[in-house]
Amino acid sequence: MKITITFVLWLAGCIGFVQAEDMSSALNGGFKAINQVGLDRLEQDTLQAFCSKPREEPGDAAVAAELRQTALASVVLPGNGEYLGSWERGQEVANNGKGLQYSDNPEEANGGNCYACHQLDPAEVAYGNLGPSLTNYGARGQSDVMLEYTWTKLWNTHAYNVCSHMPRFGAQGILTEQQLKDVMAFLFDPDSPVNNQAE
Amino acid sequence: MPNSRIINVAACLVATVMLTGPAHADEAGIFDEYRAMFGDDNPAIFVIEEGEEFWFASQGPKQATLEACDLGLGPGVVDGAYARLPRYFEDVDRVMDVEARLRFCMEELQGRTPEEVDDRPYSLRGDLGTEMEALVAWLAEKSRDLPIAPGQEHDKEREAYSLGEAVFYYRAGPHDFSCATCHGQEGMRIRLQALPDLTTHEGAAVAYSGWPAYRISEGVVRTMGWRMRACFRQQRFPLLDMGSDVTVALQTYLAVTAAGAPMAAPGLKR
Repeated sequence: MKITITFVLWLAGCIGFVQAEDMSSALNGGFKAINQVGLDRLEQDTLQAFCSKPREEPGDAAVAAELRQTALASVVLPGNGEYLGSWERGQEVANNGKGLQYSDNPEEANGGNCYACHQLDPAEVAYGNLGPSLTNYGARGQSDVMLEYTWTKLWNTHAYNVCSHMPRFGAQGILTEQQLKDVMAFLFDPDSPVNNQAE
Repeated sequence: MPNSRIINVAACLVATVMLTGPAHADEAGIFDEYRAMFGDDNPAIFVIEEGEEFWFASQGPKQATLEACDLGLGPGVVDGAYARLPRYFEDVDRVMDVEARLRFCMEELQGRTPEEVDDRPYSLRGDLGTEMEALVAWLAEKSRDLPIAPGQEHDKEREAYSLGEAVFYYRAGPHDFSCATCHGQEGMRIRLQALPDLTTHEGAAVAYSGWPAYRISEGVVRTMGWRMRACFRQQRFPLLDMGSDVTVALQTYLAVTAAGAPMAAPGLKR
């Protein structure tokens, strides 16, 4: 009990802040480059630095708005204006959790690992819940606005929600344009199991 | 040893069935059934015995045992030492976790090289366990039921906590992940795997007290250091160094958050 009280008092009273240089030297001394993964992975861009505040402290609203604008402005829409590829291939991307770990083969295509965090095809029961359920996503319609919104969300989620937990699948080059189109089809196609559930 | 081999093989068979099985939904059921089969038994007991043997084995150029190793409570004192880690050690002027301290003792007392000690601290899936894993399992057993009480008196111990917290929230890599991405909210899971919220005392206590653990799906004992390394791999970070300031800081952050809860390791995990 005494220990607990001591810790609570200490936590309340003197939480220190770590200097960026200390952080950087600790990180660089704490990891080794291995296979295709180098120490450059430890460097933060502006967005990552802004979204690394302990205890979910609210960041500066003006900076957040600027980051959102920058994210939105950098979205690359599909070159030919076609948003939808093959839902079957998109399903594979959604199921595939591989890619960019030092244990992964860099020659193989990356996955999107959508099921890690989202419910999609309701027949797949092994889905995570860090993100919202996307089952029946296609019921939202296929208007230009919906297509562009969803593409943007996949490309760089921070265009709408700064410090969202979701990876920037397009902006960070995790998925190719074709893979993004396929995931879009998995979400929107009326024949996709996301929308067309077997009774 | 023969027993531990048989259990290893059995665990691998079950793991193979689970990994290749068609329906993920059954996984939790199979694991639960398999775990129930163990009753109060945990294959880690064989690894714990090996750990004790390693402690008393003469090794290295100096052909010395680890009996003079000071884990914080005095040379050779193993009872209750694990639960008091990570902590500051004056002889090296830094905070160390159990693995960093064991590595230091292997080098100092036994004259072994950092290269040898670091070569393969953690076993591969389905492999035979390593010396480090066995020693850590034995030392954790020697702290079973004792309250987690890491050092927070020394400035460097408090600095380790602050660094650990900062690392916990540090987003980087192509996926922008930090520890907090998965372990900063309650009731979350990746696929079917439940994720403890490590920012709360309850979540940190469950996570910290259960490592090291026998991992059924891999047929070996895994340490907290291994768990950290595996998390960073999934974050798409480079290879986390065993015993580095980063892993010590993170374990300090976790242990302080979990402080007061009883140690329950080696545990038995999926």
